[in-house]
Amino acid sequence: MTLPTYDEVIAKWDPVLGLEVHVELNTKSKMFCSCATEFGAEPNTQTCPVCLALPGALPVVNEKAIESTILIGLALNCKIAPYSRFARKNYFYPDMPKNFQISQYDEPICFDGYVDVEIDTEEGPKQFRIEIERVHMEEDTGKSLHVGGATGRIHGADYSLLDYNRAGIPLVEIVTKIVPGTGKYAPEVAKAYVAELRDILRGLKVSDVKMEQGSLRCDANVSLKPIGSDVLGTRSETKNVNSLRSVERAIRGEMIRHAELLNDGKKVKQETRHFQEDTGLTRSGRSKEQAEDYRYFPDPDLVPVTPSSAWIEELRATLPERPSLRRKRLKEEWNVPDKEMQAMINADVLDIVEATVLLGADPTKARSWWLGEISRIANDQNIAVADLSITPADVAELVALVAAGELTDKLARQVVEGVIAGEGKPSEVVAKRGIKVVNDDGALMAAIEKVCTEQAETAEKVRGGHLPAAGALIGAVMKETKGQADAAKVRELLLKHLGQG
Amino acid sequence: MIQLTAAQMADALAKDETTSVELTQAHLDRIAAVDGQVKAFLHVDSEGALAQARDVDTRRKSGEKLSAIAGVPLALKDVLAQKGVPTTAGSKILQGWRPPYDSTVVSKLKDAGVVIMGKTNMDEFAMGSSTENSGYGPTFNPWDLTRTPGGSSGGSAAAVSAFEAPLAVGSDTGGSIRQPAALTGIVGVRPTYGAVSRFGLIAYSSSLDQAGPFGRTVLDTALLHEVMAGHDPKDATSINAPVPAVVSAAKSGDVKGMKIGVIKQLQGEGYQKGVQARFDESLKVLASLGAEIVEVDCPSFEYALAAYYLIAPSECSSNLARFDAMRYGLRTGDVEGASAEAVMSATRDAGFGREVKRRIILGTYALSSGYYDAYYGSAQKIRTLIIQDYAKAFGKADVLVSPTAPTTAYKIGEKVDDPMAMYLGDVATIPVNLAGICGMSLPAGLAEEDNLPVGFQIMAPAMQDQRLYQVGASLEAALLSQWGAPILSKAPALGGK
Repeated sequence: MTLPTYDEVIAKWDPVLGLEVHVELNTKSKMFCSCATEFGAEPNTQTCPVCLALPGALPVVNEKAIESTILIGLALNCKIAPYSRFARKNYFYPDMPKNFQISQYDEPICFDGYVDVEIDTEEGPKQFRIEIERVHMEEDTGKSLHVGGATGRIHGADYSLLDYNRAGIPLVEIVTKIVPGTGKYAPEVAKAYVAELRDILRGLKVSDVKMEQGSLRCDANVSLKPIGSDVLGTRSETKNVNSLRSVERAIRGEMIRHAELLNDGKKVKQETRHFQEDTGLTRSGRSKEQAEDYRYFPDPDLVPVTPSSAWIEELRATLPERPSLRRKRLKEEWNVPDKEMQAMINADVLDIVEATVLLGADPTKARSWWLGEISRIANDQNIAVADLSITPADVAELVALVAAGELTDKLARQVVEGVIAGEGKPSEVVAKRGIKVVNDDGALMAAIEKVCTEQAETAEKVRGGHLPAAGALIGAVMKETKGQADAAKVRELLLKHLGQG
Repeated sequence: MIQLTAAQMADALAKDETTSVELTQAHLDRIAAVDGQVKAFLHVDSEGALAQARDVDTRRKSGEKLSAIAGVPLALKDVLAQKGVPTTAGSKILQGWRPPYDSTVVSKLKDAGVVIMGKTNMDEFAMGSSTENSGYGPTFNPWDLTRTPGGSSGGSAAAVSAFEAPLAVGSDTGGSIRQPAALTGIVGVRPTYGAVSRFGLIAYSSSLDQAGPFGRTVLDTALLHEVMAGHDPKDATSINAPVPAVVSAAKSGDVKGMKIGVIKQLQGEGYQKGVQARFDESLKVLASLGAEIVEVDCPSFEYALAAYYLIAPSECSSNLARFDAMRYGLRTGDVEGASAEAVMSATRDAGFGREVKRRIILGTYALSSGYYDAYYGSAQKIRTLIIQDYAKAFGKADVLVSPTAPTTAYKIGEKVDDPMAMYLGDVATIPVNLAGICGMSLPAGLAEEDNLPVGFQIMAPAMQDQRLYQVGASLEAALLSQWGAPILSKAPALGGK
């Protein structure tokens, strides 16, 4: 029994996908109480009677979370329900304080939408439409840390630690309809969908969308049917896949695992699987063959959500440009190669570069500052580019100073350091540090003559036509002028001085 | 002094004829003298009460403007969270729990300078009609210590009836204020759903629960009602509207020209003879005061009890899931190697009483997939029909009336093994809860056959709570002049009286 190759799988089987994405909203307070939502706080410091489910405590909906959810629905081309309700999903688990989760059941706030994604294929770019079944609100659970035991799961643990800081953080669940017809591209389509979703959510500013911190989590449902068949196969659900790459790997892995079972005439078990980063494989979780009975019913502590159509339209008017369209537009306007475009997206500097360009900076220069020097400093300090104190206005000013010949690139880097160190705007840093390009030919000539005297041998080589030797002299002149000279200018004057101009 | 009404006590305080400390101490002495027999209290907070009393006395001396009942002592049903004071909801599963926060009702009482003397006994999680389901033993009816005071707010009702407190707070999910008020000869009001915040009220059935006031007179009850009610942003179901003018209604009580509807389905067969007689007599009194008596038909009320016993258990099966030994309260079975599930299960087995378990199981079943539509779904439809019946009836009458309970107080133990018989005692009170409207019970005299108090129930549309007080005060005044003395003066003396 050998594992089939991916090519063997797709030669025989047709994958059907279903994706559930959970997004933690970035509201300041929790879904049903006023506790803070900061990531990484000391355990159980962001809790209150409501999110600890103390006897008598009651939930009250965070209006901001509803607004964010409607925005998401609108961005995903959904219809917005004029009347929807919260429901209780009942099951026992120690990290769920009420032993029910407030969620939405048969009355989600947004439904019937779609997202178009594009992937590169052998035949060129190809578009797929992912239909959205529903977008609904719910609250997150707390976190358990199971100590001892081999699996890190509750069974077999010596004891468990509970942190309720996450309990009650607003979550939005985005559920696709079944996604057929992706064929061999299923893993890429799934990845592109999650990436597009992430960009849309980022553009809406409703979530941090950090997969590695769990603020965006994907559950991937996969089943296989024989090519040409209309009958859906049994699905598995792979939980909490926490990177874009893992989405692709998890689906590919599940397709291969299913095909192996089916090729051997075995059945795929309907179950939850857990993705393992290290191996790229999934392991069995909870069996779902006996569907759990969550005894959903409308939460009597909460009133129905009834957004007015005026409010919905108001929110629709604030929707930002669709990320895919925006990327296409910026790529054309700025004339950026694919690779550079991708680098900007990966470094998360697209917004900031655009803001800089809008302030009049040349797109190529703006891009290279943000992607180069500034990103490097951010990396060194281990923070996001956006969290540095340098602004698009600073960079636009910097680009203008360089263009005007008032700064060299090298000097400009010192200015960037100064701005980030809090010394003020670029012009202020220039003034404070006394940075200026030495353009005075007389001063430059004095330095050139001094260097040529000190390094007479090298100067002679240049004079004799050996131009590469000029580099050492230029370097020395730059040092002499404390880096404030324009290197191109120095080269020009030096070569002229040595009869090579 | 303890024989005074709350309004008279407030008056004496305002005139400097007494102090809150003196008044509170007198009630604490009364509790010490008689509560061994009545067992109305689960916890008496003497120190805390006297500290509150001293504080309100100081505030009064400094000239601060105080609420109408500032300095008057009160008994609080143990279903409401009070910071630092044991709060159990009558259940063993919460034994020893001291809330780190105040319920909104308690905050409002404290702000108003009302002195909270302690927590009163109740059926566990308010599930019951006799206070026999308390995890801490029953409360006894001051009228006859072999009988129940009703329930689930039996402790609060008994405390007021036994002059241990002039005022008390209860909660009413299916009649738990009105029925014990009827059985102990006092006044009790279930306000409109959403009128009093449920924040900090330990939930039994969220869509039916409502806290409300007990007093010995209609005016006393109104004074407390006014302090408790009002919009609360911490309760999503709280009504954002001004509190109805209940106090002025209680002061002006007048029924001339009002239409009073008698509900055909809530009288006659199944109602004790003496209960029906007192009810009919009260109707005559109201007619003589100038009210027009009409009969109204509420055909869906026949199904109210069934709908209630599906909705309330369904909600409670979910509301009580949080009692899992993880964060507070009882924890048993936590031995080496026991799983979290085993500890939860052992704790719930040990901590919950029989009736609570019965209702959790019932509700879990009613909500389970495949049965949801037949049980919970149908019950919700009946609820809609009952709301429609009321709407129609209120089209014909300003208020509706019935006997509060079909019988007077029954013997302790009499119905404890027959849940259906016990449930039937709530047949006249439950429709109010299902419709979310308001209701009052006030004494209509004693039943001839057993000399026990009979309650007269008044019902009004949502947010028309003032009508209860208007009609109640009018009837109360007329009956008082007939009797010559308050009904409680006919109760037998307790040990320390």
